[in-house]
Order: sequence, then structure tokens, then C-alpha cells
Amino acid sequence: MADIHAVEPTRRDFLYVATGAFAAVGVGAAVWPLIDQMNPDASVLALASIELDIGSVPVGQEITVKWRGKPVFVRHRSEEEIKAAEDVDITTLRDPQTDDARLKKGVDGKLEKQWLILIGICTHLGCVPLAYKGEYDGYFCPCHGSVYDTSGRIRQGPAPLNLAVPPYEFVSDTKIKIG
Amino acid sequence: MKMKMIQKLSIAVAFATVTAGAALLPVSAAHAEGAEAHFPHLNWSFNGPFGTFDRSQLRRGYKVYKEVCSNCHSMEFMHFRNLAEPGGPEFTEAQVKAIAAGYQVQDGPDQSGEMFERPGKPQDAFPSPFPNEEAAAAALGAAPPDLSLIAKAREGGADYIHALLTGYRDAPAGVKVPNGGHYNPVFVAGNGFIAMPPPLADGQVDYDDGTPNTVDQMATDVAAFLTWTAEPKLEARHRLGFQVLIYLIALSGLLFFATRKVWSDQH
Amino acid sequence: MSGHSTYNPSNGFTRWLDARLPILRLGHDTAVSYPVPKNLNYWWTFGGVLTFMLVAQIITGVVLAMHYVPTTAGAFASVEHIMRDVNYGWVLRYTHANGASMFFIAVYIHMFRGLYYGSYKAPREVLWILGCLIYLLMMATAFFGYVLPWGQMSFWGATVITNLFGAIPVVGQSIATWLWGGFAIGDPTLNRFFSLHYLFPFLIAGVVILHIWALHVTGQNNPAGVEVKNKDQDTVPFTPYATVKDAFGLSVFLIMFAYFVFFAPNSLGDVENYVVAQPLKTPLHIVPEWYLLPFYAILRAVPSKIGGVMLMFGAIAVLFVLPWLDTSKVRSARFRPLFKQIFWLHLVVCIVLGWCGSQMPDKVLFSVGDIGFTVTYLARILAFYYFFHFLVLFPLLGLIERPKPVPESIAASVLGGKSAAAKA
Repeated sequence: MADIHAVEPTRRDFLYVATGAFAAVGVGAAVWPLIDQMNPDASVLALASIELDIGSVPVGQEITVKWRGKPVFVRHRSEEEIKAAEDVDITTLRDPQTDDARLKKGVDGKLEKQWLILIGICTHLGCVPLAYKGEYDGYFCPCHGSVYDTSGRIRQGPAPLNLAVPPYEFVSDTKIKIG
Repeated sequence: MKMKMIQKLSIAVAFATVTAGAALLPVSAAHAEGAEAHFPHLNWSFNGPFGTFDRSQLRRGYKVYKEVCSNCHSMEFMHFRNLAEPGGPEFTEAQVKAIAAGYQVQDGPDQSGEMFERPGKPQDAFPSPFPNEEAAAAALGAAPPDLSLIAKAREGGADYIHALLTGYRDAPAGVKVPNGGHYNPVFVAGNGFIAMPPPLADGQVDYDDGTPNTVDQMATDVAAFLTWTAEPKLEARHRLGFQVLIYLIALSGLLFFATRKVWSDQH
Repeated sequence: MSGHSTYNPSNGFTRWLDARLPILRLGHDTAVSYPVPKNLNYWWTFGGVLTFMLVAQIITGVVLAMHYVPTTAGAFASVEHIMRDVNYGWVLRYTHANGASMFFIAVYIHMFRGLYYGSYKAPREVLWILGCLIYLLMMATAFFGYVLPWGQMSFWGATVITNLFGAIPVVGQSIATWLWGGFAIGDPTLNRFFSLHYLFPFLIAGVVILHIWALHVTGQNNPAGVEVKNKDQDTVPFTPYATVKDAFGLSVFLIMFAYFVFFAPNSLGDVENYVVAQPLKTPLHIVPEWYLLPFYAILRAVPSKIGGVMLMFGAIAVLFVLPWLDTSKVRSARFRPLFKQIFWLHLVVCIVLGWCGSQMPDKVLFSVGDIGFTVTYLARILAFYYFFHFLVLFPLLGLIERPKPVPESIAASVLGGKSAAAKA
């Protein structure tokens, strides 16, 4: 073993600094599990994405499913609803967005215009809006009177933003995976 | 100074070892209740500090559980998604989805307040063969224990399970087998008589990887599988443990030299 | 020793704070400038280890409590949820469970150090008593904690121990019912044990503060058992001397801890506790955790139920009065040849008593003719010795023993020869 009784302060200090740094790294590594254990656990993450069979939803109707604790509206839009959504001048919208931007492509690469999938939480203060109500037959939030159109965009009332679109994709023509 | 510290250290370590040894002694001896069964310690792939599971063995073991044991034994702490997690049989997501979908699982209530059945999904737990213990006991005479933790709930773990499954034999002459019992000297808890009939027979489960499906092989594979269900984090534990121990040994080394350095101006 | 503070706040902020809440001064006086005898050996690092273990158990415990469900229906499953699904849950659980064992290994080493070197003797009687109080609180905490996973051993161990209170004449049954919140261990019991298990470590922390305060009033004992005479010659400041040495001792201790957590996490436990509690099915063999085994052996050794309870608590109670039982003027066993020998005898007796506690009481160890010498007979002999050791030998030895010459001072003992070396 080397003669540790060195006189140079630099060598002695290096040992202390190295030891202190090494110990600090260990403490940091030990702290991580204490923080990570509060993150969603495996059983919660298992419910983080759901697969949904939408083939049984008739045209002109919608269903509500639970995803990550929130309601999700799955609406099978009719031709009239689609046309009404597309005919809007987006410069007049509070939260300008084209209808196309709020839809996803199916497995054949074409936009699935008949499927409108939205998170059913009013962007004002969080109530769940009612479907097929309000001036546009989109959604109407009874809490403070926000009115959404057939693309879920805010048209009247206090809500600042359009109803959110969750991350989803078409697994087949009749099956989507949300999350 | 060096001599003294090493002397002190070895005494401390010796003391700790004695204490731990004294602690360990009672634990293993305590469970040699009355009669003792002696069974071989097999060479499991997961033995030792660097042990890992053999994926194909776990998959074969799962097949044995699924086709044989699950008819009577529940496994309530296992979910289908566990089959795809690292450190286990590591089925693919698609395989797990298919396995889960092969079962009907109760869900509900629906809009009319009724419970209904639907195909299983990865997040579902392994379905139980009976709705509760009373139903199991009524159907079978005695309720079969849940198998999720059985490898940790029995002295001897995988060795015991393997020995039990291969331990059935004819009762010796003059020994009366009670009604509903089967002679198995490994089952000391029942003084050599167990309510479970021999569950395995040669050729019972088809192995798609070509492994011979003898009773011994199936018992070995299912014992390994049950060790995984009881300790799904075994591999992660060994891995992290190795890193932690290396780190602590290095830290102790640094602190040893730092201590010597600090104390070098004393005696 | 409590001298006056040498803390000197170096900048404006620390001066400002010092005038309002001298917490930095307290920290400095307690852990930086505090004088420590320079001849302490590694047996003195266990106080630091224990402080670390208390903090570790509290942190892992609080974090586990974020996921644990204290109901009979949900407890066992919630622990499995922690082991399987919670991120790093298995690390937290195994650390906490094995941490309890490590805590007791450290406390036994710490206590036996005290017994060997006479740290319980004047002027450290209150320090010793506070330590005994911490030990008692630790045992209660561990008892409550072991019930929480709601395994077979959790349930039945709790049943046995709470039933003991029923042995108290007249009020016993009412006390047992009151403890249970019912007529047997059940949901009310589990819930309140969870609450108490969370509370007690903070009571321990409070008594630890008093323990350290009492320590700092008298100063540490040391292997030579002679008091500090000259601060400059006999002592060194706590930082860096004791700080780095305690850190080293802790680091080595953590290696043992990590070995258990990662490579033998269930070796100190009982397989039976991986079976969910079944109130209608008693396990063949009810055994507490290893650190309670010696007292369990004493409990079972006595043929009468109330006698067993009294002797079991008596075995702990006798510790509190040790300072007044030992009549020797010499502190350290290093200079007490007879006392040193019975110290080792007593240690072996405690370990073997612990082993007895783990065995079936009527197990025959060997036969003499047709009389079988059972575990219970052995436990009785050892339990007798345990009390004889404290109640008879402690007073007696101080009077009849011829101690070796004690060094003049700590400095003399350190410089004057090899006696400062490791002599356990």
C-alpha cells in the first residue's frame, strides 16, 4: 500500500473530496426509489391505455368510456355533422382549429371523418358536457353554458379551448387504442 | 494502527456473523417440526447471488400451471401482464393478449346493473377456479392453497415443491391410508398423507420446445415457475444488489483511507 | 462534557440567525466541536449506526405507508401490491423488514458494549435508563409492525402476546378486550396497530434526543473506563475524527444490511408469514422474530402463565436498575478479570436462550436414562442464570473481585502501551 501519510494537502484533500463526492452519489441514487415510488405503479400503468371496439356504435350516436379516470366521448358522426363541422370559418373560432386537425387516419391511411373522439371535460371548469345539446347539436355544458360544435370546438360560453382530443390510433377499422 | 483496525473490524464482522448465524439457525431448525423430510437441493438457474430464471423453463412451467394446476389452484396475485414483464417468462405483448383473451372474466355492473362476462385483458388477474375458499373446499374436500407465493410460504421453496410433486408412492405395507388421502412422505404437514391426488403423469403436458415431458421435468419446470410468481423481481434484485454491494465496498474503502488519514496525527 | 460553546458565526447571515435561533450553534456544539475520548474503538460507532437506522426505518416506513392498506381484507394484498407493482416497492419493503433486524443487531451490540465497558455506571445512569426505554419502545414498534402484513405469524404472534395480558388477575380480560377493540385480533386491532406503529418511532426519536443530550452532559465512556481529565490530551473534536470513523463503521454495516436485503431477504423471517392470516387455523409453530426470542424463551420457561409474563417483563425491567446493582468501583471489564468472563457467559446464555425460544418447548435434546432433557429445562437453567447474573453476580463481583490496575488517564492509556488496541 502506498505511503498514505502524505504531507501535500492536495493529495489529502483529494481523498476527502473523492470520498464526499462518492458518498453524495450514493445518497442521490438512494433517494431516487423514494421519489419514483410515488409515480404511477404497474397496475395503474396497465390501465393507461385501453382498446375499444367501436364497430357497434351506430351512426349518429355516441358512447362514453372511462380512460385514465376521465370520460371519453366516442361519437359516430353522420354526414350532416361532418359537413357542419367542415363548413365553419375557423377565423371566427375562439380556439381556431380545422375539423381535420382533430381527427385521425385509419389503417388505410385515410382520415376517419366519421369518428370524433374527445375527452369529455369542459375546458372551462371541468364539468362533463351533455351530448347532442346546444345550438350546433355538438355539446352543451350545463354548469356555465359553454356550447361546442360537432367537432367539439368551443362556440359560445366561457370555455377558452376546444374539447381536448386524447392520444389514440386505429388498430383496425373498428378498433381504437386510446393512450 | 492498521493492525488494530483490522483486528477490530474482524471482531465486528465475526460478531455480526455469529449474530446472523444464530438468527439463521433457529429459523431453519424451527421448521423441522416433528418428522423431517429430506429432499435434494437441485441446481436451479436462479440459485446463488447471480442466479437468473431460464425463460423457456418458465414458459414450460406456466403451461403446466395453466393446464394442470389452475383447475384447482388460484393464483390471485398474478396478472396476465406479468407474463410479459422483464425477469419472467417474457412472453410478447401479443402472446399475453392472446392468453388473456382465452379466458372469460367477470366485469360490470353494466348499464342495467348486471354483472357480465367478457374476454380477458392483460390487466386482469389470473381467474380463480372457484369463487371462494368455501366453494373450493365443498368441491374438493379441502381448499387448495393459492399458489402465487407458495414457493416462499414453504420451507425448501422450489426444492420442496419439486420433491412433493415427485414424492407420491405406494404406502409401505401395514400403513393405512386415510380416506381422501394419498401417501406422500414429503408432505410432513400431513404426516405423509396429502389430500391432493398426484397431479402429474408422464406425457400430460405437451412441450412445444421439445423438452421431454416426464413427471420429473414438469415438476421441475412448474417449481421454477412458482418461484418466479413468488419472486418476480428476483433478477432485478440480484442485479441491483450486485451494484449496491460493489458501491458500498468501494465507499468503505474510501472511508477506510479517509479515517486513517484523519487519525494519522493521533498516536 | 458540557463546556461552553466555541462556535463563532462567520458571516452576517449566521450571526443574524444565531441571535434568533442558535440552531447552527447547537449543531456545532453537538457534532463538530464536541470532545470525544480519543481511545474509542469501533464498538462506539454503533450509536451513529442506530441513528441512521432510525432515520432509514422512518423514511422507508412513511413511504410504504403511502401504499399499505390497514384492513384485514386488504393488508396482505397491499403488501404484495407493493412487492409487485409499486416502483421499487420490493426494495422499500425488503429494506424496511430487514432494517428492523439490522436495527436490533445494532442495538444489541450497542447494549453489550455498554455492559462490557460499564457505560451504565455513574454518572451515566440516566443515559442508560433512557437507552433501556428506547429498547422497550423498539420492541413495541417491532411487535406492532410485524402484525401489519397480516400473515399467519402476524396474526398468531399478536394473538399469543395480547392474550398474555389476559393473565393479569382481575383486570386482565378487560385489558385484552380493550387492546383488541373486540373479542379477538381483528380489524380494529390492525388499524390501531398501524397507527401506533407510525407513532412510536417518533417517540423513539424524542427519547433519542434526550439520550444524546444526557450523553453530552457526562461525555462518552471509553474502553479504559477512566473519565476525561484533560480535554486537550484526552479528547479529539467530534468532527472530523468521530464523523469519519462513524461513517466508515456505518458503511461496513451497510454492506451487511445490503447483503440481507438483496441476497437473503427472507432468511431472517418466517415462511409462515407468506400465508395470509387464517383465524381458524393455528400454525404448528408460533415464533416471534429472532430479536424477541430470548424473552419468548423466558416467557415459556415458567410453568405459570402470569409467572411467565412477570419474568419476561422482569428480564427487561432488571436492565433499568443495573447502575445500582453493580458495586464495582472499576468501570471497564478490561480491568475486571472475573466480570469479563461472566460477560461472555451471559452473552452466550442470551444467544442460547434465543435459540430455545425458536424451538418446540418439549423437544428432547438428549436423554439421561428415561428422563429427556428438553428445551424447556435448558431454558429454565438459562433464564435462572440471566437473573442470577444481574441480581447476584453484579453486586457480588464488585465486592470480591481484584481488578487490574486502571490507567491514570485516557492519554496515558493510549500512549502508555498496546492496551488501546482491540480487546473485545
